[in-house]
Parts: sequence; C-alpha cells; structure tokens
Amino acid sequence: MDRSRRSSVLALAAALALASCSAKGGKGGADGAGQAGPGMMVAMITHQAPGDTFWDIVRKGAEAAAAKDKVTLRYANDPDGGAQATLVQNAIDSRVDAIAVTLAKPAALAPVLRKAREAGIPVVVLNAGIDQWKDTGALSFFGTDDGVAGEGAGRRAAADGVKHLLCVSHEQGQVQQEARCDGLRRGFAPGRFDKLYVIGTDMPSVRSTVAAKLRQDPSIDLVVTLGAPYGLTAIEAAREAGSRAKIATFDSNPQVPAAIRSGALQWALDQQPYLQGYLAVDALWLQKTNGHVIGGGAPVLTGPYFIDRSNVDRIEAFAKAGIR
Amino acid sequence: MATPETGALAGAVLVYLFFFAVAPPFRDLSSLSTVLYVSSIYGIPALAVAMLMIGGEFDLSSGVAVVSSALLASMVSYELTANVWVGVALSLVAALGMGALNGYLVIRTGIPSFLVTLGSFFMLGGLNLAGTRLVTGSVATPSISDMDGFASAQAIFASNLDLGGVSLRITVLWWLLFAALATWALRRAPFGNWIFAVGGAPLSARAVGVPVRRVKIGLFMTVGFAAWFVGMHQLFAFDTVQSGEGVGKEFYYIIAAVVGGCLLTGGQGSAVGAVLGALIFGMTTQGIVYAGWNPDWFKFFVGALLLGVILLNAGVRRWQEARA
Repeated sequence: MDRSRRSSVLALAAALALASCSAKGGKGGADGAGQAGPGMMVAMITHQAPGDTFWDIVRKGAEAAAAKDKVTLRYANDPDGGAQATLVQNAIDSRVDAIAVTLAKPAALAPVLRKAREAGIPVVVLNAGIDQWKDTGALSFFGTDDGVAGEGAGRRAAADGVKHLLCVSHEQGQVQQEARCDGLRRGFAPGRFDKLYVIGTDMPSVRSTVAAKLRQDPSIDLVVTLGAPYGLTAIEAAREAGSRAKIATFDSNPQVPAAIRSGALQWALDQQPYLQGYLAVDALWLQKTNGHVIGGGAPVLTGPYFIDRSNVDRIEAFAKAGIR
Repeated sequence: MATPETGALAGAVLVYLFFFAVAPPFRDLSSLSTVLYVSSIYGIPALAVAMLMIGGEFDLSSGVAVVSSALLASMVSYELTANVWVGVALSLVAALGMGALNGYLVIRTGIPSFLVTLGSFFMLGGLNLAGTRLVTGSVATPSISDMDGFASAQAIFASNLDLGGVSLRITVLWWLLFAALATWALRRAPFGNWIFAVGGAPLSARAVGVPVRRVKIGLFMTVGFAAWFVGMHQLFAFDTVQSGEGVGKEFYYIIAAVVGGCLLTGGQGSAVGAVLGALIFGMTTQGIVYAGWNPDWFKFFVGALLLGVILLNAGVRRWQEARA
C-alpha cells in the first residue's frame, strides 16, 4: 500500500537473500556429485542444513567410494523432515538402484522408506537413526550412538576435574543434539550442568551468546559445543568474555587439530563422518554386486574417537585434506 | 488487468517444458504425482495468503502456524488420551483465534501487518519449542498413530488414492477444492469485491460502507485455517511433529502468491494465479532434484527461475495494459 512498507518488504527480501548466500559459506563440495558413469546409481539423502563443514566430509567419503566403485552418486539434502521424505520419493521416482539416508526425523521418513522397500530398492542408513533404522527395513547402519558418545565425553570431563559444564546446542529441537547434551549430562552427573541454545546459522550471534553466558556465570569451566565450527567460535567467545573456561567439541574439521595443538581446544570427539559416507555407498555397491550385507543386523559404529594432544599429530594431515 | 494469471500460466508451461526436456524422470506420471503433492502442500496456504494479499495485508506467521497447529492437536490428544478429533478441533479453534488476533492487532493498532505478524512469527516459534518441551519433555511429540480416530483423520488429511497404478495424495484434491472455493469467494459480489476494495482502495472502501475490519479479520482467519489444514496433514502423514520446523515456509507461500500475479501492494491477484504459482514452485523445487543438479546450487536455481517468472509476469501485464 504505502511506499514505506513496500520498501521494507524489499529490504527484508534483500537481507534474506544476502543472509542465505553467506550461510552457504565455505567452498567444499562445489563439484563432484552427479557425474555420469556406468554401473549403478545411488541416491544419498541427508538432513544437512546449509553451511555445516561436517557434511562436506560425509560427501567426500561418499564421492570417494562412488569413484572407486564407478557408482553415480546423487546427493540431496533438506533439514525439514517432510521435505527430506519428498527427496526420497524423488529418488524412487527416478528409479535409482539404491538409497542411503539419514534418519534424523525417523517418523517423517518411515512411510516413504516402506515405499522404497516395496519398490525393491535397497536402503542403508547413515549418521542418524541408530534406534530406528532396523524398523525401516534398512540393511545396515553406519554412524555413532550420540547418547553413548555424550556419556563418554561427560565422564572424561568429570575425570579431568571439571566442575561446571556448559553444553552448547546449535540447532534447537534437533533429536541428535538433544541426545548428545543429555548424554553429557548423564556422564557428567552429579557435576553442575547447563545447556545453551544458539542460532547455528548465525556465527556472530553464536559468539556473543556464548560470551554473554560465560560473563553471566563465571563458574563455567568447560564449554562443549556440538559441532566443530561452533567450538572454534566458542574459543573466541571465551577470550572475548575474559573467561577461564576451557573448550571442547563434538566432531572435527580442518581447523580443529591446530586448535588442539595450540591448547585452545581440549579435545574433539570425532565420529569419523568420512567413514559414514564411504561405507554407506560401498555397502550398497557390495550388496548389488555380491549380495553382501555389512553389520549382521547390528549397527556399524564409526566412532566416537577422541582427538586430543596425544594423537593430534597423526590426525592433522588427514584433517587438512578434509577427510577427518 | 482482467487476467493477472496469464503470466503465471505462461511461466508454468515454460517451467514444465523446461524440466520435461532436461530431466527424464520428470516425465513419469509418478513424478508428476510427487510434484503435485509438493505443490499442494505449498498451494493450500498460498491460496489463503493470496486472498490476504489481495486484501492488502501480509502474514509472516503462517509457516510456523502450520507446525503450531500440528503440535497442539497432537499434544492435546495425547495428554488427554482423547480421540484425536478432539485435538484436531481444538487446534482449529486455536488457529482461527490466532488469525483473528493477528487481524485484530493490525486493525486496532494501525501497525503494518508485516510487523505485527513478524512478532507473532517469533512468538509462535518460541512457543512451539517451549510448549512442546514443557508438555512432552522432548522436542518432538510422541506418536499418536495407535489412538482412536487416527485412521479416520488420516483418511481425510493424509491418504493416498490409487489411480491406475499412480498414487495421488489426497491433499492435491483438497487443494483444487479450496482453489474452487477461493475463486468463487473472490468473484462473488459483494464479498469478493470487498476483498479487492479493502486492498486496492481502503479509504474509499470504508467510505462506501465496506466492513473493512470484518473483511480483514476474516482474511487472517482464512490463513489460520489453511495453516491448520496443512498442519493436520503433516501430523497424520508423519504421526509425530518436530517442534523446530516451519520457519521460512511463509516466504514460499508469499512467493507462490506473487508469482501467481498478486501485487505486494494489494488489490490484485487471483486464486487460479496462486494455484499456478504454487505449481511453478513445486515443479521448480522437484525438477531440480529430478534433473540431478548439484544441490549446493539448489536455492540459486529456485531463486533464478522464480525471478524469471516474475519478470515474465510483469512483462505480460505491461503488454496487456498497453493493448487495453
């Protein structure tokens, strides 16, 4: 109606467009998926949100296995459960030979995975869904148990003499992240435990929120983030807040080993995402060519693996290459 | 002026032909059924949003309102151990109430609806998460698939119809039915004229005795109804609801309405246009997947194609006006 509202609409639309561009950050995965090739076609469908370094490593693993097995890999992702289910339906419509899928939102995906089974398309599950993958009729699961990993990390923190632990979740309401924080709480009990939610797609706000929390409660002496980029940001936040809190994180990325070597980061709990992508594609290829099934009905665990000062030298070269 | 949807129709044909040419799986009937399904999930709220925009207002809370409705219905039924229809009905009352509240605040305060509903967007998002956590102790609702009334509700909101080997989701039929109703409402005097009048010329509309308040509050309630309907589809398609979803969907509804010929300034648009807009959006998002394009570029392609259609739209409109 009036010009001011019209221009505010346009300004917001422009701001959103800019925000979604920068959220895409990083240069990983710009090439690779979808090359034509002989042999089978595998669809990998994950709940990746844009701009998380973790999934670059999963994709690298998947692409390496696809190249080795001469498999055509089609990667697609959507963090919304219903939209991810539609992507699986797209794969079924496209008559792919096999599907690798993450089960972050199992209820949303169960019906469409039943359709895949009816269509005779073999399915493996990776990364998320350790409690539900079997019910969907999937052949194998490649990933970690977030609750168990969290407990291990919590016990380690308690053994290191930590008094007050802060768990920083960057995706409020995501089941895996809740499992990690809850596991931390269980393993760390009866120590003092707090949880903080940050907006994972907005790094400046992550930094200032963590810094504000550390200023508000100086007794916090260990911050555990649930993703590598957030751990690195938490280091800056602690510096900004003048806090003596130490930082540790779930998952790894190319910057993590240097931070561990310098002592800025205590440890990183690596679930070896490369393996998840690699094994998922390789398992489907083995199933098609030889009828193999990996795991014998039990989940195949790709972690957790603690990266700390004792082993960082070995890991660093691999991390720089983007595979750890 | 007489046919705001001409540009959208040309755009829909072009987008269809384009993906028909570049994406072989797109040609299958089963793929078309998936495209129609996705279009209907966006198209049902887009119809209501288009009517609201013709009436000169915005609703940014419609995306999260979908999830709010589903959460409320699910939690009410589960916590009271009641027939799920009780939750469905209560949720409808709440959704209409929320729409009425949005409308009342806009009318009463004179603050642009863009700002009022921006506030309700954030409040509903927070309420979804906090309320779900408070009631269920988790971030997702428990499954209600074994409760009384689930089967009948699923038949209405989320069933599949088998049409000669191709399964069609029932939401597609609802979408077309709602589109027919909206067309009837917009074309029928005096009600339809009132909507165009309050959006196109609010002062003169008031002067000639159009009940501006009732029309606007009614339009906001229509959006509430549409959000509720899609929320019920999500609940009965997936059994459980994730509390963090729905953010950002409101822009897709607005995009569908605008592509279909609605003006940001109100007073122009049509239900058929909103249907075509949602169809273009559904074809674009799915076509990119069927074409197997690199998903990193997904949002870019969606944005570029939609911008193209909007430009086409504007061109057709200018041409029509020049001829008239």
